[in-house]
Amino acid sequence: MTEVTANDTLSTDGRIRCDACPVMCYIKPGLSGACDRYANEDGVLIRVDPHVILNRPGTQEVVRFLENGADWDGNILAPAPVVTAIGAGTTYPDYKPAPFIVSSKIQGVDMVTVVTEGIFSYCGAKIKIDTDRHLGLERSIVRAAGEPVGHVMTSEYGSQMLSLGGVHHLTGSGKKQGRVTCETLLSLCNGGAVELTIDDGARVVVQANAAPIINGEPEQRMRVGCGSATIGMFAKQWHGHVDDVVVVDDHITGVLSEHQAGKLLGMAETGIRIQGRRSTPGRYFEVADPGTGWGGTDISDPLSILGAFDKKHARPGIRFLMVSTTGEHAAYYELDDSLRPREKAMPDQLAASVALIAENCEPALCSVLFMAGAGGSLRSGVTTNPVRLTKSVREALTKVTCGGAPVYLWPGGGITFMVDVSLLPKNAFGYVPTPALVAPVEFSLRLNDYERLGGHVAELRSMASILSQP
Amino acid sequence: MLDDGRLHLQDGPIDLLIEAWGDAASIRLAYMAASDRMLTVLDELCGELLALRAPAAAGRTFTGQVACRMHKAVHPHAKNFITPMAAVAGAVADDVLAAMRAAAPLTRAYVNNGGDIALYLAPGESFRAGLVDRPDQPRLFAKAIIKAGDGVGGIATSGWRGRSFSLGIADAVTVLAASAASADAAATMIANAADLPGHEAVTRLPATQLDPASDLGPRLVTRGEGRLTTQEITAALEAGARQARRLIAAGLIKSAALHVQGQSCVVPYQDEMLMAEIQYA
Repeated sequence: MTEVTANDTLSTDGRIRCDACPVMCYIKPGLSGACDRYANEDGVLIRVDPHVILNRPGTQEVVRFLENGADWDGNILAPAPVVTAIGAGTTYPDYKPAPFIVSSKIQGVDMVTVVTEGIFSYCGAKIKIDTDRHLGLERSIVRAAGEPVGHVMTSEYGSQMLSLGGVHHLTGSGKKQGRVTCETLLSLCNGGAVELTIDDGARVVVQANAAPIINGEPEQRMRVGCGSATIGMFAKQWHGHVDDVVVVDDHITGVLSEHQAGKLLGMAETGIRIQGRRSTPGRYFEVADPGTGWGGTDISDPLSILGAFDKKHARPGIRFLMVSTTGEHAAYYELDDSLRPREKAMPDQLAASVALIAENCEPALCSVLFMAGAGGSLRSGVTTNPVRLTKSVREALTKVTCGGAPVYLWPGGGITFMVDVSLLPKNAFGYVPTPALVAPVEFSLRLNDYERLGGHVAELRSMASILSQP
Repeated sequence: MLDDGRLHLQDGPIDLLIEAWGDAASIRLAYMAASDRMLTVLDELCGELLALRAPAAAGRTFTGQVACRMHKAVHPHAKNFITPMAAVAGAVADDVLAAMRAAAPLTRAYVNNGGDIALYLAPGESFRAGLVDRPDQPRLFAKAIIKAGDGVGGIATSGWRGRSFSLGIADAVTVLAASAASADAAATMIANAADLPGHEAVTRLPATQLDPASDLGPRLVTRGEGRLTTQEITAALEAGARQARRLIAAGLIKSAALHVQGQSCVVPYQDEMLMAEIQYA
């Protein structure tokens, strides 16, 4: 199956209008269009072709649909096919030439594409989970089905990072761990959902291009910014409608009246006191423990981060808003005669500002990058002189793709690459019981460069013969 | 081109497997004509799609060649509910075959549009066509031998398990007729007639619930079947066979083979020549 890049529009009841052809079918979820080729899988247009060419081991052809915004020339016969390695098979340990060494002419230059499926023991997935909720401390073990499959890396802006797989989990720590790690990577790379648990942390369901589900709750939004940034962005809209605003955030909680933004607007002190470690004026670290409550903290009652109001500045009737960095949580208070906060119905102006925070948050998604090294024995399937392939990749004479998708090549030695798994056709990855992942990899270069680096020129086959192979 | 010399053309829901016989130059010309014809077929059809999805009615006129073929094929059935879409697959096959024949002299040729086949036989030639009773579990249950002079230019199969919706419960109805469009329309009508109205073992859903743009509108289409008794199957087959005999008598089709849950029925079964045409494997 292939994820389709054709434009599709999603309507409110989940129907997709498919524009892969002029019939323009409306396709309901779980059903396919008139062609039986394009279907609606949970609101995403996919190709379900039991495609004669695509599914047959040996000859895999993915024809990209109007790549780079090019106009269709009306040609129905194979518009500029891209040969990918998906299903190409492999010749591990690669002492034989790769299964397909394809020659084709592109703009008058003889191009060679060496198509193989690499078996990768040195591989893994880097996961970015858009959430500010606390998933686990750095270096905490990440488990699938109870087995260690990776660890928590850093927090990035609005996201938590995990590293899964790698050779130590795959082959270095016992059969069961290897098998579970391999299954986890395979499922994630093929677009599946996987439940992970983090030691002393959260339980999270991860799926490429889907919202993470943290402790059973689907994450909705990324935070608009840290608490301090949120103050900076919305200070003007609060000014005049409220005496103070606290933006609750696990990283930096912001307080409008003390913050530089509030000072510039001439806001008066309110006597509010935050229980946390003050960084700079109006910015507080560690107001609570990390968790899955307000703004990525563990609190459900925002007043629990406030100390008693300072009688020097506070007065009855002081109005203040407490809001999280996603706008998901918000409450409005006024001080009573004993200077204690009493929750009141939120004025419309403030409710609008909370909605604006929410609107400015991007949808939370998980992204999965497959990372592997193709610098080993796989190279000898391409050339008799492996290091020359590495060098030609370095010199950008050889283009590396993974299932037709662009890759990011790491600087330094070897051919270590990362690819966004959502750009590959579905189920492009496989596995061997080693355990190791099988991933498609293609090397494309000019014919004369290929000869120069000692390529298996005798194995060259024409694009036409590949396409016509049954 | 496929390795075995067949031509595979595809555009949207149209999926053609084409094979022609003759001298090499003629085959080449015919294949070029077929792909040229395919360039615009779908756009032409989509230009008139709304009218083609409306119930067939006399006096309606269409612009496209394929649309005209569809209209002509369904028109004789118009006293029952039918839309020109019932003949779309066959009409496309007929049209592409006509383009190929106009381009070069051929001895034999067929255009197979997802099971609805237009075929041409020069005098003295014949075809053996395999018949499948369950499109979702392809296996040959019979072969039809078609000879030049039999008056058969089209073979089409319809049934609820196939790609299009059916109002009836036949797994498959295969029809031999003068053109693929006629066979297509007739197969649809016979499959619709092979029915046990209101039977509780048959699951039906409004067509528009499955495909909002379906030409069948809110009519109930078959989506599943529980086990039926032998008597029930016979009754459904007989209802379809009655419709098939009417169409044969009207000169619209040559013969039909009907299948419901493993039981089959061929009409006209008295006719020796047609018994010879459809032989059970």
